[in-house]
Amino acid sequence: MARIVLALLAGLVFGAGIAVSGMINPAKVLNFFDLAGSWDPSLAFVMGGALIVTAVGYRFVLRRPRPLLDEAFHLPTARRIDLPLVSGAAVFGIGWGITGFCPGGAVPALGLGQPSALVFVGSMLAGIALARFVRGGLAGRARSRAA
Amino acid sequence: MTEFTPVASFLGGTMIGLAAVLLMAVHGRIAGMTGILAGLLPPLAADWAWRAAFIAGAIGAPALIVALAGRSAIAFESGVPALWLVVGGLVVGIGVHFASGCTSGHGVCGLARLSPRSMAATVTFMASTAATVFVIRHVLGGL
Repeated sequence: MARIVLALLAGLVFGAGIAVSGMINPAKVLNFFDLAGSWDPSLAFVMGGALIVTAVGYRFVLRRPRPLLDEAFHLPTARRIDLPLVSGAAVFGIGWGITGFCPGGAVPALGLGQPSALVFVGSMLAGIALARFVRGGLAGRARSRAA
Repeated sequence: MTEFTPVASFLGGTMIGLAAVLLMAVHGRIAGMTGILAGLLPPLAADWAWRAAFIAGAIGAPALIVALAGRSAIAFESGVPALWLVVGGLVVGIGVHFASGCTSGHGVCGLARLSPRSMAATVTFMASTAATVFVIRHVLGGL
């Protein structure tokens, strides 16, 4: 139960941060990237604030043997900078540039009751499911070839 | 035009950081929206409950702010046509799946851990987004 309540709390703080910072606003996000036009540098301050707190906080937290309510830290194990990582990031940027929505900005925007956020998040979930299906199929074929 | 808001943006950023530290301290998890959402799509992850709670909080906070302080408390503006929201949403979903993360997972949590993969991903998607915005606004003249 404490796990659920504290995850809810983390989500609330995250969503409030996205709202207060302006990351929730697609127009503001797009203006951050529009260096040649109506540039709004605010989002650099979002990244700065988030990075300072996370870098310092992680330093203390990850020194502990385990998290408070779990057996171990679940940290990513992949190390290689490979094609899926870089091409996926490039593709993500195209969609972010078209819409001004990234996953962390769009989900809290659902709380504003914005239809555009709903359309975006629905399509994004479909995209994740599609990519997972295609990748599963590719991995399955590779496995059957190996077998 | 949107207003330059360095103080509010920095403050909001520190809250995002605080949420990331809390989720790591308690659950040992990266506060990445892509990874958290992925566990809620079928097949549902065994640990779906904390994921659902985090998402409920993330959606609930702006709703609470608007309920308490009024609609004008949070600026929101999107002039993107619905068709492009669908296209962009699909493209983002495919991209973040293969990249194993997005702005929150790679751009905040990964960079804070000095992960080389996250650095590569963040530089790539920032550049790609800026290039896309440039082409749409200054080459095509808008969507």
